[in-house]
Amino acid sequence: MTNSTMDAPVTVPEVARTEGSNRTEQAAALVQRHGALAVLIMAAVAAATAFPSFGTVDNASNIAIQCSFLAIVALGMTFVIISGGIDLSVGSVFALGGVLAAWASRYGFLAALLVPLVVCGAIGALNGILIAKARMPAFIVTLASLLGARGLLLAITDEGSQTFLVPRGSAFAELGQGTAFGVGYPVFVALAAFALGGLVLQRTRLGQSVYAVGGSEDAASLMGLPVDRIKITVYLMSGLLAGLAGALNAARLSSGVTILGVGMELDAIAAVVIGGTLLIGGAGTVSGTLCGVLLLGVIQNVINQIGSLDSSYQSVVSGAFLVVVVVAQTYLSRVQRLQWRR
Amino acid sequence: MTDVAVRPATVDRHRIAGWLQDYGVYAAVGVLLLFNVAFTDNFLTTGNLRTQLVQVAPIVIVALGMALVIGTEGVDLSVGSVMALAAAVLPLYLGYGLVPALIGALVAGVAVGALNGTLVAVVGLQPIVATLALFVGGRGLALVLADGQLKQIRNPALLSIGGDDVLGVPVVVLIAAVLAVAVGFVVRRTTFGRQLVAVGGNRSASELAGLPVRRILLGVYILAGTFAALAGILATARLTASDPSAIGNLMELAAITAVVVGGTPLSGGRVRVLGTVAGALLMQLVRATLIKHDLPDSAAQIAQAVIILVAVYVARERRSR
Repeated sequence: MTNSTMDAPVTVPEVARTEGSNRTEQAAALVQRHGALAVLIMAAVAAATAFPSFGTVDNASNIAIQCSFLAIVALGMTFVIISGGIDLSVGSVFALGGVLAAWASRYGFLAALLVPLVVCGAIGALNGILIAKARMPAFIVTLASLLGARGLLLAITDEGSQTFLVPRGSAFAELGQGTAFGVGYPVFVALAAFALGGLVLQRTRLGQSVYAVGGSEDAASLMGLPVDRIKITVYLMSGLLAGLAGALNAARLSSGVTILGVGMELDAIAAVVIGGTLLIGGAGTVSGTLCGVLLLGVIQNVINQIGSLDSSYQSVVSGAFLVVVVVAQTYLSRVQRLQWRR
Repeated sequence: MTDVAVRPATVDRHRIAGWLQDYGVYAAVGVLLLFNVAFTDNFLTTGNLRTQLVQVAPIVIVALGMALVIGTEGVDLSVGSVMALAAAVLPLYLGYGLVPALIGALVAGVAVGALNGTLVAVVGLQPIVATLALFVGGRGLALVLADGQLKQIRNPALLSIGGDDVLGVPVVVLIAAVLAVAVGFVVRRTTFGRQLVAVGGNRSASELAGLPVRRILLGVYILAGTFAALAGILATARLTASDPSAIGNLMELAAITAVVVGGTPLSGGRVRVLGTVAGALLMQLVRATLIKHDLPDSAAQIAQAVIILVAVYVARERRSR
């Protein structure tokens, strides 16, 4: 492959801006790209002013560890959505990864990580193969694997009645529960995954190809990109990351809880969308996703701080927030003359 | 192999795929019924048939609305939350009598549908995102309204909707059947029905042809919301309790599955009403069959996953012709 194929894929906003790249459009692009960060900072500052207990180091590390699992799942979802797809199976795969890790932890640290990664990666790859090679809609394929992975989990755990425990004091339990500088290890894993993910997406051929496939599959394929392979890779990554997050969570909880992850796929999608990634594919960043996850975490934390408020307010606020963000995004896309539908 | 030798084989394959897509779901329901009649104890008892039909009725009602939405190339993820919302609203107004309570619950469904429809048709959001917001927020709102509590329903009129028979058929099943016929009529014989199929087939062409696309989309999402609210009312009446944290959980997946297995393509432009009913029945029968033969729930879920994939694979064969 020559160098020109590497340079060829451009992200959608850049294409759209060639025609009259005026200030409004640039401002809109700026807001779209960094809006989530701005709102996150504002929300955090407001929360810190209103609740003295919010701005403490303890609370911040608390939010960080609570967000780290969703963050890892949402990272994989970001790749899938930028490629123009969707992965509904991550919640079930997350739960399956946790159960497998807890089961395998009796065979040592390496097994506890490898078993969930291999199985969850296989589910992701199967999703990708069905979507790319058999040309079935991603929505349905991953809906089926949502059911299938949950069924597999139930089969392993004797219909959910058996909870595998991670041996106390093992290296694997330490991975989930240990801290460095007052912050849990899973947070560092999540940060490392995001740094690596951002690097792959922005600086490698694979990352640029993901944008190209999401921008226009036909164009990408005409340019000679291996579209099928790229699609399989993003679903494989999504499965692997969901499995990793599940394994870490099991290490933190010391057990493979079977009922986790229900509805997690929608939280992950919400975080990705709030982070400025377009669901039509072709545009988005992993840093935005991180902001989206943290924003959801801050909302949850603030509602817990208020205390008198029922925890169900949390989903009301998250839902309302999602509407506002998505409507604003649509508006911003129009200002930038991006095509939203077709 | 020469070209001549290949041709008839592929034509045959397409014909089989087409037949499977059109009638496969009915054939599968028939096979499962025969299997159960032959091998399952106590299958052909009124008690069992009744239980199966009563269980599937709310899914059928929600799936009918979902079929219309999917026919317009959309999807409605909020239906489960709408069921919870309707269930939460019911006890708030039951003090004023049954009719105000029913109206209140249905209005909640209409309101959510109108919001979804506005976001999709006017703002121009993708249906998945637009309805995702209410999927997240709707159940939270329901829990807030109900104070997070399960409320016992004691209104005799409402309970009789959930438990009574008319001419030996449970009221819930009758309502589902009547709605299925009504939706079938709307899709085949009314302007609105033809227009919604047209919008799903090609939205820009429909706009150019002068169809009121926004109004049609709005109407479709309002119908889906109303149907979901009705299903929520019926589920509450049958449970004899309003339980917003449980009612309608995962209903969006069950409904989408029924529609897709019934042969309605996710790409829009086609609505198969009878197929949707058969799809819901098929999923119910699969689960019931496996459970009655002492296979665990995990097997039922994996079987459902396989059925969904097969249904979509068959639909794909057809399209590639």
